[in-house]
Amino acid sequence: MKDISKTIKKVDSDDKSSGKSKYISDYKMENMLHAITVRSKHQKAKIIKRTYPVLKEGYYIIDHTDIPGVNFVKMIFDDMPVFAENEVNYYLEPIALVVGPDKEEVLEIVNSIEIAYEIQIPTYEYTNSVINYNFTKGNIEKAKKESESEIEYTYNTPYQEQLYIEPQGMIGYFENNQVTLVGSIQCPYYVKAAVVSILDSEEDYIRVKQATVGGAFGGKEEFPSLIACHLAIAVHKIKKSVKLIYEREEDMETTTKRHPATIKLKAYMKDNKILGISSNVGIDAGAYIGLSGVVLSRALIAATGVYTIDNLAVNGDVFITNTVPNGAFRGFGAPQMLFAIEMFIHHIAKDINVEPLTLRQSYLAKQNDSTSTTGTFRDPIIMPEMLEKALKESDFIRKEKEYKQENSLKGIGMSWFLHGCGFTGSGEATHINAVVKLEKDKNDLVTILIAAVDMGQGVKTTMRKIVSNILDIPIENVIYNHPDTNLVPDSGPTVASRTIMIVGGLVARAAKQLKENWIDRNYQIFTEKYKQPSYIKWDEDNFRGDAYPAYSWGINIVEVEIDKNTYEVTVKEGWSVYDVGKAIDEQIIIGQADGGQLQGIGYGYMEVMKAVDGKIQQKNVTDYIIPTSVDAPILHTYLIDNPYPLGPYGAKGAGELTLVGGAPAVALAIEHAIGKKVTKIPVTPEYIMELMSNE
Amino acid sequence: MSKITFILNNKVVSTTQHPTVRLIDVLREEFDYTGVKEGCGEGECGACSVLLNDRLVNSCLVPLGTVHDQKIMTIEGLSETPQGKLLIESYSKEGAVQCGFCTPGMLMASHSLLNEIPNPTDLEIKIGLSGNLCRCTGYNMIVNAVRRASKEGVGLW
Ligand code: FES
Ligand code: FES
Repeated sequence: MKDISKTIKKVDSDDKSSGKSKYISDYKMENMLHAITVRSKHQKAKIIKRTYPVLKEGYYIIDHTDIPGVNFVKMIFDDMPVFAENEVNYYLEPIALVVGPDKEEVLEIVNSIEIAYEIQIPTYEYTNSVINYNFTKGNIEKAKKESESEIEYTYNTPYQEQLYIEPQGMIGYFENNQVTLVGSIQCPYYVKAAVVSILDSEEDYIRVKQATVGGAFGGKEEFPSLIACHLAIAVHKIKKSVKLIYEREEDMETTTKRHPATIKLKAYMKDNKILGISSNVGIDAGAYIGLSGVVLSRALIAATGVYTIDNLAVNGDVFITNTVPNGAFRGFGAPQMLFAIEMFIHHIAKDINVEPLTLRQSYLAKQNDSTSTTGTFRDPIIMPEMLEKALKESDFIRKEKEYKQENSLKGIGMSWFLHGCGFTGSGEATHINAVVKLEKDKNDLVTILIAAVDMGQGVKTTMRKIVSNILDIPIENVIYNHPDTNLVPDSGPTVASRTIMIVGGLVARAAKQLKENWIDRNYQIFTEKYKQPSYIKWDEDNFRGDAYPAYSWGINIVEVEIDKNTYEVTVKEGWSVYDVGKAIDEQIIIGQADGGQLQGIGYGYMEVMKAVDGKIQQKNVTDYIIPTSVDAPILHTYLIDNPYPLGPYGAKGAGELTLVGGAPAVALAIEHAIGKKVTKIPVTPEYIMELMSNE
Repeated sequence: MSKITFILNNKVVSTTQHPTVRLIDVLREEFDYTGVKEGCGEGECGACSVLLNDRLVNSCLVPLGTVHDQKIMTIEGLSETPQGKLLIESYSKEGAVQCGFCTPGMLMASHSLLNEIPNPTDLEIKIGLSGNLCRCTGYNMIVNAVRRASKEGVGLW
């Protein structure tokens, strides 16, 4: 039997390399109009009066008065307006859209619009909680009572910018009585739902298509719905084609980022044992809630990382501040929590004088253990085997000892982590209800009809590989075009490490159906719908039960060297071991792992983004520094198979997992090098200096 | 109106656009070479890399006027050459292409590096590509791809 993991040529590689693939800014249409967004100049203010200039023929100003539906971007909470009406709640909030044939003139119109504001006092502190979630496991009061001491630390994590190299963009046009939007997007059906709602239209009045996506990392999950609404209102009104491509600065100042977080952890201790932990999490949503509630819940569920702690009290808040709204970013709340818990377990070990590795091992979750939400880790956990591999390949134990004694600033750090695959809780069954189709034409060409987007993670290749392997036909006979909502069913958004495990699982089932019923030279179509395994039980109100159907696991080890004079950190080498069930393509997973890990490492020591007075300070790649080829360490990545019964060929989620361990690994390596406790990221030279001078 | 004439992917072309217009805009909009990507518009990401007389430049920083009578090569030109073809194949074999938005620029930088150093060390490769950002790959596979091209392309550069 062929091993599915064996690497094949990526189907889209050559077209991308040679510049043939069309990204959204490469689309050209006759008489395409340009659009520029009119934005708030204040962080919090009432809009008193708008004075619009007299417009030349062919120029338009689109604002809230043009909205046929209700003025909200349809998401989980109806709180973010598409265009501000009477008030603005963050600097650069969209107020209107100017559209016209000449870009310079459009810009002039934008600049000549006068808006009178009544300025109000903005909030940037974590004081205005709009969502609170809390849950317990075991008996925290008893743990508290029985404990002899308490260990408490507070950890802080910053903004992180996705920095996909292709900025946000979309075009809209009117064709066959449909408002059609083509964009750099992760979730065609999220965009469609938002536009149907803002135009208060029939479903079939809206068509959404994907262009080749130049990186997304969550940044093109919910944010594009906002751009789509702006464009759709314009296209609906003027029935012309309009292009809205953000420049880098507009993208960085106004689009969603990773939520900054403050995480306070307290352990109740007795005889060097952790009796219980209480966690307190606050995340900064920015001006509107958006997906923040879901981000918070993923963070809270990850409260104990890979460890089994019997008694828990977990509490979290989403705070509203007058800053740019934050949103989805690879990991979705987990990177913040995993950073905190990984540092905490280490800090506890140091405080009680136990080897961190020993303490980690004694709390490492095992199969059938109870999760943080009193669910069950049903599948085998192979972390001990992964650990052995990681320690051996990196020579961790020797280096750990030696670097401590050497009079150099060398360090090595290790993180352990997991990531719940798919939507949190029963989301797949209650909110998404994925549908996939597989269609065979009379020439026996098979088309995969799903809404999943290839944004670089390789699903164009892996999905086809699954189908061609099951049907035992050449991969060239399997077609998978960019999704178009006129043609594909809603298989759900391309998020939450669900695409291969959930959507790929359904595609595999459809392929098996087709195989069993195959009739040569006949048109055939098979549909599969998601069914939740009956043993998965989740009580959303009380955070109780199985938060995820399956978990992927990982270990990162990172080695650093710090300059004695400048405290500049060099990341020398990295080792990772992952359990993603079964890789559908080994090279694709390792490539994703390298990228994810570097993004996580960058978050841990390099990437600085701050808002001052509600204004994002880093507006371009000149100011927001991400790792370059010179900063990138050699990464050794190993995969160990641990097939998940319900995934296609045993595959689980992989996309987000590879990011979440990077920050704690690099932070612990730096902590090891300097011998001081690190409690926030990024660990910059300035922060190291501050730690070193606090003798 | 004055004309600016230059050699674009081995063909003589001319344009009447203003000399201060950015080269990237002329290449993408007038000549339809959309393999030249805009990632930052500030000379920091390298997505818009092209060769100006065999030297790697960021076309978002080059005013059209300066290319008069000069030679420009974009990814569309490079991919027709033996060097370009080998680079495309090496990138594919090593899995160095994910979203692909950085890739045309990376290939231009790889070619320019190999022109200067046909047999680069890993560090030389990293330095040669350090003006080109990639957010997807973590660069390891890209470095491998350039190493492979240099090994398999003996005599090409
Ligand atoms: S677009 Fe020219 S360097 Fe980024
Ligand atoms: S492959 Fe996406 S930025 Fe390089």
